[in-house]
Amino acid sequence: MTQAEFLNIVMPFKDKVFRLAKRLLVSKEEAEDATQEILLKLWNNKQKISEYKNVEAFSMTMTKNFCLDKLKSKHAQNLKIVHSNYQDKNVSLQKQVELNDSVDWVSKIMEELPEQQKIILQLRDIEQYDFEEIGKMLDMNQTAIRVALSRARKTLREKLTKTHSYGVK
Amino acid sequence: MVLNSIEKLIAKYENGETTLKEEQQLKNYFSQETVPPHLEVYKSMFQYFLYTHEEQFTKDVPLKSKKTYSLYQWISVAAVAVIMLGIFTQIDFKSQSRTLADLTPQERVEYEEAKEVFTLVSSKLNQGSENLMALNMVSANFDKGADNIAYLGEFSKKTNKFLKTN
Repeated sequence: MTQAEFLNIVMPFKDKVFRLAKRLLVSKEEAEDATQEILLKLWNNKQKISEYKNVEAFSMTMTKNFCLDKLKSKHAQNLKIVHSNYQDKNVSLQKQVELNDSVDWVSKIMEELPEQQKIILQLRDIEQYDFEEIGKMLDMNQTAIRVALSRARKTLREKLTKTHSYGVK
Repeated sequence: MVLNSIEKLIAKYENGETTLKEEQQLKNYFSQETVPPHLEVYKSMFQYFLYTHEEQFTKDVPLKSKKTYSLYQWISVAAVAVIMLGIFTQIDFKSQSRTLADLTPQERVEYEEAKEVFTLVSSKLNQGSENLMALNMVSANFDKGADNIAYLGEFSKKTNKFLKTN
C-alpha cells in the first residue's frame, strides 16, 4: 500500500479521530499527539488494513482505548490535564457565528460527564454515527447506548439550564 | 416548522429515540438566529455540536515509508552485483584463448604465412649454429697446437741446459 492510498483511506475520518481524542483528553496538543500516534499505528499495520471490515470503526475504537489508557496513566501519575484555551483560534466558524458564552459552557459541561457518556454523545451528536456503528465501536448493545445517550443529553440540558438561569455556573 | 413538532422532537431526542435525520432537523432549526426563549438552551447545545464538527486535525503525520528505505538498500546491493559482474566478465575475456578452429580463412592464411617466416628464420639460425660448431673445432685444434708449443718449450729448455753444460 502506498502512502497516497493510505491517506485516501485515512483522510475521511482523521478529523473524527482528532475530535474524539480532544473530547477525552481535552487539551488540543494532547489530542494532536494521540491522533498522530493512532495514524502512525495504522500506517505501521497497513498490511492488515485490508483485513479490517471497517477501518473507520476500528480506528475510532483504537482512539477510544488509546485515550482512556492515557487518561488512566495520567490519573495514576496524579497529574491533571489542564486545558486553558477552550477557544480554538483556527476555527474561523467561531468568529462567523459569534458564538455566545453558552456555547463554551457546553464544552465545559460535556467535560464533566462520565467518559462513556462523553464518547457516546461525541459519536452521536457531533459525528453523527448511527447506533449500529457506535455499537461496533464501543462493543455495546444499542439499548445501552440509547440509555447512556439519553442520560448524557438530559444532564447536559439540565446543567445548561442552570447556567442560563444564573448566568454563572 | 411548527414549534409543536420541534418540542416533540426534543422530547424524543432527550430519550435517545430520534433518528439521525430528525437530529439533523433539530440542528437546522436551531441554527437560525431567533428561537423561543425556553428553547435557548438547546440552541447553544446544537450550535456547539455543529461548530465542534468543523474542527480539523491540522498537524502533519510523518509517515516514514519503510518501503523506499528497503528499495535504497536493494539499489546498493544491485550496484555491488553489477560491479562484481563487470570485473568477472573482464577477467573472463582476458583468460579466453582462441584455438585454430576459431580463425577465419583470412586469418588462417596469415597464420600460415607467419609460421613459414618463423620456420625460415629458425632454419637460418640453425645454420649459424653449425658455423659456430666449426669455430669450436678450430679452437679445439688451437688448444692441441698450444700443447705442442708446450712440448716445444720443454724441448728448448733442455737444449739450453745442454748448451750451458757444454
